[in-house]
Amino acid sequence: MTQAIYDKYVSDHATFEASPGVNGPAWLGELRATGLAAFKQAGFPTGTRGNEQWKYTNVGPIGRATFDLPSAQAAEAVSLAHVKAVSPWDDSWSRLVFVDGLYSEALSATPADGIAQVTSLSEVLSVDGVQVEQHFGKYVSVDEDGFTAVNTAFASDGAFVQIPDDSEATAPVHLVFLSTGGPTATVSHPRVLVLVGRNSRLTLVESYVSLSDGPYFTNAVAEIVGAEGSEIEHYRYLAESDEAFHIGRTSVALQRDASFLSTSLSKGARIARNGLSVLLDGPGSSCVLKGLYTTAGSQHIDNHIDVDHKTPHGSSDQLFKGILDGSSRAVFSGRVLVRKDAQKTYATQSDKNLLLSEGARINTKPSLEIYADDVQCAHGATAGAIADEALFYMASRGLDEDTARRLLVAGFANEIIDGVKLAPLRRQMQSQLSAETTRASAG
Amino acid sequence: MLEIRDLHVSVAGTEILRGIDLTVPTGEVHAIMGPNGSGKSTLASTLAGKQEYEVTQGEVLFQGEDLLGLLPDKRALAGLFLAFQYPPELPGVRNRHFIKAALDALLEHRGEEALNARQFDKIYRAATKDIGMDTELTKRSVNEGFSGGEKKRNEMLQMAILDPALAILDETDSGLDIDALRLISEGINRRRSPKNATLLVTHYQRILGYIVPDKVHVLIDGRIVRSGGRELAEELEERGYDWLREPASEIPTA
Repeated sequence: MTQAIYDKYVSDHATFEASPGVNGPAWLGELRATGLAAFKQAGFPTGTRGNEQWKYTNVGPIGRATFDLPSAQAAEAVSLAHVKAVSPWDDSWSRLVFVDGLYSEALSATPADGIAQVTSLSEVLSVDGVQVEQHFGKYVSVDEDGFTAVNTAFASDGAFVQIPDDSEATAPVHLVFLSTGGPTATVSHPRVLVLVGRNSRLTLVESYVSLSDGPYFTNAVAEIVGAEGSEIEHYRYLAESDEAFHIGRTSVALQRDASFLSTSLSKGARIARNGLSVLLDGPGSSCVLKGLYTTAGSQHIDNHIDVDHKTPHGSSDQLFKGILDGSSRAVFSGRVLVRKDAQKTYATQSDKNLLLSEGARINTKPSLEIYADDVQCAHGATAGAIADEALFYMASRGLDEDTARRLLVAGFANEIIDGVKLAPLRRQMQSQLSAETTRASAG
Repeated sequence: MLEIRDLHVSVAGTEILRGIDLTVPTGEVHAIMGPNGSGKSTLASTLAGKQEYEVTQGEVLFQGEDLLGLLPDKRALAGLFLAFQYPPELPGVRNRHFIKAALDALLEHRGEEALNARQFDKIYRAATKDIGMDTELTKRSVNEGFSGGEKKRNEMLQMAILDPALAILDETDSGLDIDALRLISEGINRRRSPKNATLLVTHYQRILGYIVPDKVHVLIDGRIVRSGGRELAEELEERGYDWLREPASEIPTA
């Protein structure tokens, strides 16, 4: 990154610390300082340092772009109709809405069931921050990279979701991060902390959406903890603008017999990255990680998955599918680590890609690192174009090429979309896909 | 219905069909028989419009109109249907959805109203029952995980629902057990009408025990070397194809 941009993050941080809304407990202030120090040390990552984590995603453009801190005025102009127009939606879901990273109480609706605690971080910190202090920043490290570091440096508010032991949230919890694309390009550093108690269940949706076509930068960090026997169903819907930068980092820790089912549904952006790591930290814990990503034009998307089998009898399944058009580029790197003690582990990894144009490219790199001897693991990756044989067959049934392609693309995506249990999200993806395929065949 | 005149077709520069003349009148079922590599499948695929098959000479009239100038989907909309020898899989495309899309396209082309889901379901269910197709199978992706016989049944299911003017069946009978062969033959017999025609492309005489063709043509080395009634098929069953091969110069070409 350039010196000027680096200096701006540092001076904006001073402004941020001095602003009236930013206070909170001392430990959080100290954590922010640690984040800033780590950012000063590392800057944004570069592939040129031989850094495997960022090898195929050049974040240089992020480090050369100027972003301002968001203003509260932009949020005031946003109505619920705006949010609904761009997000998967169900009125029965409880929700926290953030506009340019700033919490909007007016747009949010917290559950009335008295079970799930769905609230802004600053609110929970003002009441009783013991739980937050115990978990916040414990599942990501500021030393991972400059993005997590700078996110931590700006951490004061965010989303907090907690389900007590032996209970179930009556409705899905929706966290909406909306970017307005105001007069100047802004950066937001959303922060999410989710704690699901013993034998409890939660369905969580994170949506990253935009009201504009312009540039901005979303640098999000989420920490999700599943206690013993908990079940979490998680969706990450990414529909940032074509000019946006999105760096997402989700870290999940699962205790004994906890399960995590995650589906990310993403369209590309100028640069988009879904970083997801899952720590199987108790025997019998399991995760199923699925993803569908679509790119067009000159978009870029990077799915970076890291599963750590630390304990025995765990299982992890990864299935990611990409639909790539134009001269876009996608990256998939999925690493599964099976530690020495993680006997009887079952792990699979698969990344399949449909290339709709000759200019689209995929770098896919599933990898297994196994130190236990009694395990079952498999991985694979594919990339291919639509088969001429399939098109001829469909034509011989009277289907024109556009219709045939649309059916085949939808068919390719079905394997992921069919597993989405929330109907509004499924519909959102289907219509988005159909619009993109139409646009692709028209262009 | 179908008139083929002096049709020459090359694949990757090699001439496979070397002057085919064939007329299939409306209301008739014709069988084209021949040994492996004689050009039977090339003829079937050429009629459906497969791109790799280059027509170097000749013409084909379908219902009096030039067929070769039409793209494959337009040929289908005009009423031509090819049952594939090896139907491909369409991963993730549900069978029911696929056939409905095909029927919708056909109805739209004819300016008729599309069927709603319930109307289509009724037709679909009846047709799957007729062809003895497992209803579980019909919920799956097109041909995905289907056995060879199930794929052939699926071709016949599509033929029954799309009800084409001309059906070309490319080795639909091969690899079928006796029950499947009977069901599929019944399906073909059911569609026999004074308004349509069927062209059976086959290697074996076996299916002609169930379907009585109006004419049998023998295709060898890219030419039709003999045409006759159903008794020709029986003769082929007894004597094989070799007696028709030589000497090539003495064999009448139509």
